[in-house]
Amino acid sequence: MEDSQLAQYIPVLILGLVAIGFAAMTLGVSVLFGKLGKRSRIKDTAYECGMLPVGEGNTRLSVKFYLVAMLFILFDIEVVFLYPWAVVYKDMLTQNANAIFGSMLTFLGILFVGYIYALKKRAFDWKN
Amino acid sequence: MFHWLTNILHEISNWFYGLSHITQFSILSFIKIAVLIVVVLTMVAYAVLVERKVSAFIQDRVGPNRAAIPWIAAIPVLGPFLVRLGIFQPLADGVKFLLKEDFTPNHVRKVYFWLAPMIAMVPALLTFAVIPFGSNLNGERMVLADLNVGILYTFGIVSLGVYGIVLAGYASNSKYPFLGGIRSSAQMISYEIAMGMSVIPVFLLVGNLNLSQVIGYQSGSLLDWLVFKQPLSFLIFIIAAFAETNRLPFDLPESETELVAGYHTEYSSMKFALFFLGEYANMIAASAMMVTLFLGGWTLPFGGLDHQATSIWMGLAHIGIFIGKIIFLMLIFIWVRWMLPRFRYDQLMDLGWRRFIPLSLVNILITAVVLWARAK
Repeated sequence: MEDSQLAQYIPVLILGLVAIGFAAMTLGVSVLFGKLGKRSRIKDTAYECGMLPVGEGNTRLSVKFYLVAMLFILFDIEVVFLYPWAVVYKDMLTQNANAIFGSMLTFLGILFVGYIYALKKRAFDWKN
Repeated sequence: MFHWLTNILHEISNWFYGLSHITQFSILSFIKIAVLIVVVLTMVAYAVLVERKVSAFIQDRVGPNRAAIPWIAAIPVLGPFLVRLGIFQPLADGVKFLLKEDFTPNHVRKVYFWLAPMIAMVPALLTFAVIPFGSNLNGERMVLADLNVGILYTFGIVSLGVYGIVLAGYASNSKYPFLGGIRSSAQMISYEIAMGMSVIPVFLLVGNLNLSQVIGYQSGSLLDWLVFKQPLSFLIFIIAAFAETNRLPFDLPESETELVAGYHTEYSSMKFALFFLGEYANMIAASAMMVTLFLGGWTLPFGGLDHQATSIWMGLAHIGIFIGKIIFLMLIFIWVRWMLPRFRYDQLMDLGWRRFIPLSLVNILITAVVLWARAK
């Protein structure tokens, strides 16, 4: 039973529930036992080193961050594609060495061209 | 004299073996999980103490040496010694976290503000599910879930850690936390790619994603440890782990001099403590990953400790070895934190995208070519 694919995930599920339970419980306990303080208008302001807050809380941010997010999706998916190849590589080498080696060389090549393109477009340049 | 005790144990074992297989499995898992969580949380609490003591040592200070439990401190010689070590400090900190005012400012987005600390904490604990922390105890394997996709599960869970931080920054509705959250998410996802790529040569050599198999590959001799076969992989992985756990020299999300405390500026009491716990649990998880992937896991290459345990004592020794290796890596984490200055943000991004990614690609290529040439 333990060897079946789905049953293997039972401990993961239990661990998840225990972890969530622990987090919720500690928060609950601190609400119960925590000191009750007074509220005041000043106490409720956002913390800006003692100055009164200026403008909105969520300021505009550099477009660079969106670029990083997009590049992450591209490259992370490529990394995930590399894993199955890494797993079968050794076995495949004994049977069909050139095919597995050549196909991955092509994939890494395409990945690298994409990387060079992003580099030349200065997507990784944070200096200005 | 103790026959009632043996009777009870007998009753329990009778009841236990009468249960269905799946219930037995669940109960055993639950016991393992409970012990694991208690051990991890204790390690977190004392990691904080060690961090403070080591930083004090490096900066020529004394560190925490006051907190005491009256009855224990009254024991001659031993009591004052324990107090000087600061053994009771984590206990005092914990109680303080519980008793402080749990303040939710008016300007925050309430639901996300409460949710963020939990989301930061839970993935850190979930990572431990696939890590083999010992061989076996009385036949029971010392790993929660020996998944065949091991490492992919870990990377999936580690990615979830970003949400807690970015959500905290967004929910606080305040400038410093917002900047901290955004910076942190960009940093974490950038180094995740380098981290993911750096371990691929390891799996080229092992040929399996299951972490128990990775340890099996490394048992035998010291030179089989993947840290010696893939030193570049290990170097990239450990540096990426510093960035993933937001530690110095990459602690830009919470750089005190510019962002106060980064994403948890508006948090107090237990909600802040959960971020803190999550950060240290992440460090322990990252150390455990490195031990498993590069440092031979629970094995030692001598004294017959490199194969499955045949007795309970050997099983316990394996767990001890694993924890010892984690402590060694944790000390490196702490040492690096107090030795190096902080990176600038453009330097950080430069290192991640323009140095580590090409470097790990080349490392993959070299490993693949060597294996291919050998097979010819």
